[in-house]
Amino acid sequence: MSDKKKENTALEEVTSGEYKYGFVTNIDSDQAPKGLSEDIIRYISEKKDEPDWLLEFRLKAYRHWLTMDEPSWAHISHPPINFQNIIYYSAPKQKKKLNSLDEVDPELLQTFDKLGISLEEQKHLAGVAVDAVIDSVSVKTTFQETLKKHDIIFCSFSEAVKNHPDLVKKYLGSVVPYTDNYFAALNSAVFSDGSFCYIPKGVRCPIELSTYFRINAANTGQFERTLIIADDESYVSYLEGCTAPMRDENQLHAAIVELIAHDNAEIKYSTVQNWYPGDKEGKGGIYNFVTKRGLCKGHHSKISWTQVETGSAITWKYPSCILRGDYSVGEFYSVAVTNNYQQADTGTKMLHIGKNTTSTIISKGISAGRSNNSYRGLVRVAKNAKNARNFSQCDSLLLGDKCGAHTFPYIKTGNPTAIVEHEATTSKISDDQLFYCQQRGIDMEKSIGLIVNGYAKEVLNKLPMEFAVEAQKLLAITLEGSVG
Amino acid sequence: MLLNIKDLHVSIDGKEIIKGLNLSINKGEIHAIMGPNGTGKSTLAAAITGREGYEITKGEILYNGKSILDWTPDQRANEGVFLSFQYPIEIPGVSMTNFMRTAMNAKREYKNLPPMQAGEFLKKMEEKKKLVDINAKMTNRSVNEGFSGGEKKKNEIFQMAMLEPELAILDETDSGLDIDALKVVANGVNQLKSEDNGFLVITHYQRLLDYIIPDFVHVMFEGRIVKSGGKGLALELEEKGYEWLKEPYAG
Ligand SMILES: Nc1ncnc2c1ncn2[C@@H]1O[C@H](COP(=O)(O)OP(=O)(O)O)[C@@H](O)[C@H]1O
Ligand SMILES: [Mg+2]
Repeated sequence: MSDKKKENTALEEVTSGEYKYGFVTNIDSDQAPKGLSEDIIRYISEKKDEPDWLLEFRLKAYRHWLTMDEPSWAHISHPPINFQNIIYYSAPKQKKKLNSLDEVDPELLQTFDKLGISLEEQKHLAGVAVDAVIDSVSVKTTFQETLKKHDIIFCSFSEAVKNHPDLVKKYLGSVVPYTDNYFAALNSAVFSDGSFCYIPKGVRCPIELSTYFRINAANTGQFERTLIIADDESYVSYLEGCTAPMRDENQLHAAIVELIAHDNAEIKYSTVQNWYPGDKEGKGGIYNFVTKRGLCKGHHSKISWTQVETGSAITWKYPSCILRGDYSVGEFYSVAVTNNYQQADTGTKMLHIGKNTTSTIISKGISAGRSNNSYRGLVRVAKNAKNARNFSQCDSLLLGDKCGAHTFPYIKTGNPTAIVEHEATTSKISDDQLFYCQQRGIDMEKSIGLIVNGYAKEVLNKLPMEFAVEAQKLLAITLEGSVG
Repeated sequence: MLLNIKDLHVSIDGKEIIKGLNLSINKGEIHAIMGPNGTGKSTLAAAITGREGYEITKGEILYNGKSILDWTPDQRANEGVFLSFQYPIEIPGVSMTNFMRTAMNAKREYKNLPPMQAGEFLKKMEEKKKLVDINAKMTNRSVNEGFSGGEKKKNEIFQMAMLEPELAILDETDSGLDIDALKVVANGVNQLKSEDNGFLVITHYQRLLDYIIPDFVHVMFEGRIVKSGGKGLALELEEKGYEWLKEPYAG
């Protein structure tokens, strides 16, 4: 046994002991004791009334996780995470209802205003009780009816386990196996809830699916799991997140998103990530370690990732595409903004396996303050992947001279017919541009917002319309106070 | 008095470029400044518009009677000071329409007015585009990106027409323009000219002044205005060139 393993086994013994002890007193409560062990996992699974196969899946993942080391290759740094100091299960609780917006953090309200979020919406987001029937309730109902008409399944992950166990069993872990990486293993062991979506053959989902509209979406917790399956000839556009600032007491977030596109199917997955980044000194922000991967399983299938990353203290995220089907297409469009002490290490992997597969990568990194922004990308062309094509464009924009931008492109081509193009630029907002805007009456901060949005235009254009408008405002807000 | 510059001294990186300049412009007047390259004409424009790095070491700039030396560039702009840039700047990804709307609304916000209605704004765009004869498609393109030299200059005049400044400074807007473009630019200025605004036209050639008739012509040399006169002075300069200026300073 290696030293590491010994250590882990010892740790496990200690913690499970502790846990058993604590378990008795906690069994009826809705919260597991701190720490992680097999018993905790059994507890989670039991609480959620899960079938045995899912418990097995969790346990295998956990045992594997024990053998792994936390990755250290990303261009980020943080104090070690104490995994035994985390509560891995608490029952979905209603957020404490506030009586009026007066009870909400004024800074949060200011941000809502700047984003142009309506008052009703603000109340909803801040957890204020709303007595009148607000629009979103009726919207939700119409929404569910539309889905039903098309036999689209869109529900929480837990509901899917209960109501569609065969689908979940078939696809869970088929794109991101629990062995994939440290945080994927952890998520697979302890995931709390998330979203499940299935688009049947030949159906074009007529509405943008957004977690916001999902019933039972409250409190999915820090280990979220999303599974989206687009059957043959189907199409879906899925929106994750929201532009309003998200605060959470949990520092560590490790989600998994798996997408599967069958023959001629298309999945468009858009994210706006705005977790709390910590204060100006970098204290207290969220660590966001996400594994997102799409499998273009069928021929002529297509998966596109579009992301606008503005939040979190640390972001570690590489939405990827496995292009297995012949003629499949993978796309990655990303804007990542970092300010103050934020760190982002993000990028994508495009794995060309089928013949005549195509991938496009457009990454726009924007760094300000003392932040660090890295693009890490891998384009791999397998031996039999004839006529693979990739185009990558990675641009970095620097505001000020204390921030950093780094690009790590890795290209591995195993087939001589592959054409892989990579372009990279680094630029600064020029004084000329700023002065030009100011001379037209636009103040310094608005000028920066305008120039940055122009810079990110190519990616923002890929977002669904309403999302794009909010995302533009969000970029400007994120960079407030970054110059001058 | 619209603009009153008194004994202005401006340094860049500690080097004095403008060395005691006096100039006053009343509403309803067009002033032309002529002078050889490197004499400080653009520096003067930058000092009036408040560009960072242009240090006013001595003197005063009064605009409508108030000192503007402490005002930010955007404040000066919103108070009605406009500069047509000698070298207009490209802003990739920002459409002219978006840029103009942001600028118009910034000014309205400054004046405590609500943002302009989209319809009203677009109508105004159409009207002013005609005035400077610019291509309808140009306003959908990114600010100055891929514009020809002439298009860039016309675009400056277009922005001026949109923003309706009280004091417009044109920094060599005529340079590099063919005669047709020159006429368009001049026409833009002449249409905007009124009893409520003033123009400072910086130019190298008297050619522009055939179309924009100045009330006063000033000759600038080595950081000072060395000679002022009427329109006739421009013609005189055209004939004699700038060489004669250097003589009294030689020694
Ligand atoms: N940003 C700058 N940094 C350093 N020197 C400058 C800068 N701008 C102008 N100068 C210098 O100031 C002098 C006047 O320049 P400028 O005002 O552009 O003249 P003009 O517009 O009359 O041709 C020149 O000697 C030029 O080299
Ligand atoms: Mg000049």
